[in-house]
Amino acid sequence: MSIPPSHGERRRGRTTMRRAAEGVVLAFIYVCGWLAIIILAAIALFLILNSVRALNEAGLGSMLSGTAWYPTSNPGKFGMLPLILGSLLVTAVALVVSVPLGVAAAVFISEFSGTGVKDIMKSIIEFMAAVPSVVYGLIGVAVVIPLVKDVFALNSGMTALAGGIVLGVMSLPTVISISEDALHAVPFDLRQGSAALGNTRWQTTYKVTIPAASSGIFAAVMLGLGRAIGETMAVLMLTGNAAIMPTSVLESVRTMTGTIAAEMGEVVQGGLHYSVLFAVGLVLFVITFAINLAADLVLEGQRKRWRR
Amino acid sequence: MVTALLLEREGAAPLGAPHMHVREAAEVATRDEASSTIRGSFSLTGVSVAYGRDQVIEGVDMEIPPRSVTALIGPSGCGKSTLLRCLNRMNDELGNVTVGGRITLDGVDIMGKAMDPVELRMRVGQVFQRPNPFPMSIYDNVAYGPRTQGIRRKAELDALVEESLKGSALWDEVKKSLKKHAFELSGGQQQRLCIARALATKPEVILMDEPASALDPISTQQIEDTIAKLKDSVTIVIVTHNMQQAARISDQTAFMLRESLEAPAHLIEIGDTKKMFTNPDDPRTESYITGRFG
Repeated sequence: MSIPPSHGERRRGRTTMRRAAEGVVLAFIYVCGWLAIIILAAIALFLILNSVRALNEAGLGSMLSGTAWYPTSNPGKFGMLPLILGSLLVTAVALVVSVPLGVAAAVFISEFSGTGVKDIMKSIIEFMAAVPSVVYGLIGVAVVIPLVKDVFALNSGMTALAGGIVLGVMSLPTVISISEDALHAVPFDLRQGSAALGNTRWQTTYKVTIPAASSGIFAAVMLGLGRAIGETMAVLMLTGNAAIMPTSVLESVRTMTGTIAAEMGEVVQGGLHYSVLFAVGLVLFVITFAINLAADLVLEGQRKRWRR
Repeated sequence: MVTALLLEREGAAPLGAPHMHVREAAEVATRDEASSTIRGSFSLTGVSVAYGRDQVIEGVDMEIPPRSVTALIGPSGCGKSTLLRCLNRMNDELGNVTVGGRITLDGVDIMGKAMDPVELRMRVGQVFQRPNPFPMSIYDNVAYGPRTQGIRRKAELDALVEESLKGSALWDEVKKSLKKHAFELSGGQQQRLCIARALATKPEVILMDEPASALDPISTQQIEDTIAKLKDSVTIVIVTHNMQQAARISDQTAFMLRESLEAPAHLIEIGDTKKMFTNPDDPRTESYITGRFG
């Protein structure tokens, strides 16, 4: 006569099943985690492979330093400098708009608004981020371009300034929400300590809270910059797209993103021009990658700082 | 058994106590001549506090004499810290807190519209439970309050920083490294830095909310030594969970108790520390200090 299996023995079969299920789930999660890295590496590889022809025939150095962009002349001139400077100029204008407005808005939301107002503002800002960029472009065409034309008495309002202003507004949600997170992460203890020394709310904010959050605010600006430099549709609609060396913000400029979007439809697949556009994409990829990496490192540094 | 808590405390009696030494009395007299009144005395009448609709403290009457140490003791959640924060109106910062009754500092009502909480906090400093130095240098931490008050001259700031750090017994450890970041100090040093920071605004009163609870025994000892020295120049009100600490450092002790979660906390008894720890009037005080609850 055998002893009937104990409760634990009867459960053993089920435990094995559960272990197997757990293994499958873990493997799936593991692959998904690595997927992001694999995709990123694939994008980089794809860009490099497609730019090989441009790098061989036009040469990286002469493309980066060339001031003439005449891709359709014979032979084509592929100087990217006007495009790179165009992107940087528009982005610089965007920063001038988004940094003061964004940081001030973040300070208001984090330090001075009541709970109700804070919740409403945060959802509105999330909504701002969800508006398609072509809509921002339309508003720019209808409002900002005529305004710039009239204020500066120009023949055309399609300028780096107009593109930059709209781009600045578009990167506001990024700047605001990340700055707000950074301010929010400053321990309440510090604010209390400052208040207990006879400081007003505003004195505490600019003497303690903002400096303590400065690295996070810097990261917010960097991410806003990354957003602005990669934006395509709005700048294509607003900057006039003249591929000339820019000398002022009141001139028409063409950005790297705008060039790729505008010209890709008209090139011969696999041709030199086609490959050069991929090289432009590669330069853009390297710039945005570097900006995001810098922002991430700064944010990580901040996280460590308050972990005490 | 209770008396054993009282270590060497001779000469630490409250000002004006009948058994005060003659020399001390003479010192008080000279001080009195120097400034016609010694500043830094609180008077609380019928003080009550509510968080939203929840009444947490009710009917507290208390006299805090100048240049003495008053300890607030009682079990967790009895409103000691809340009462402490009434004295520099830090409850204002939390919002949703209503304080009733009357609190005067040197005879002036501090709760009325006429008193600016910002100005009040320059006169009533606070040291918090967890050291909270600002993310800047040691020097800038101490100079923070004076700079708020508009002091800009370097010589004056230097002197204040040195004096304040000496006051909190940190000077000898940091005098060569004033530019060092405050976060590089140990926990105990950070807390003494926070005391120096509070001293630098030349307050009449310093409130301490369990200033040593996050510190090791040696750092605690240093904080207690600092408090003993400080009471020559400022009034100290300290919240502590540690009854031996209350017995060692305070002149008068106030025992608070919230007897049920439905009822607000009351001040059960306040009196000379020696008496509170040897022969309290209220049986609940006796139960608490002998460790029967709390």
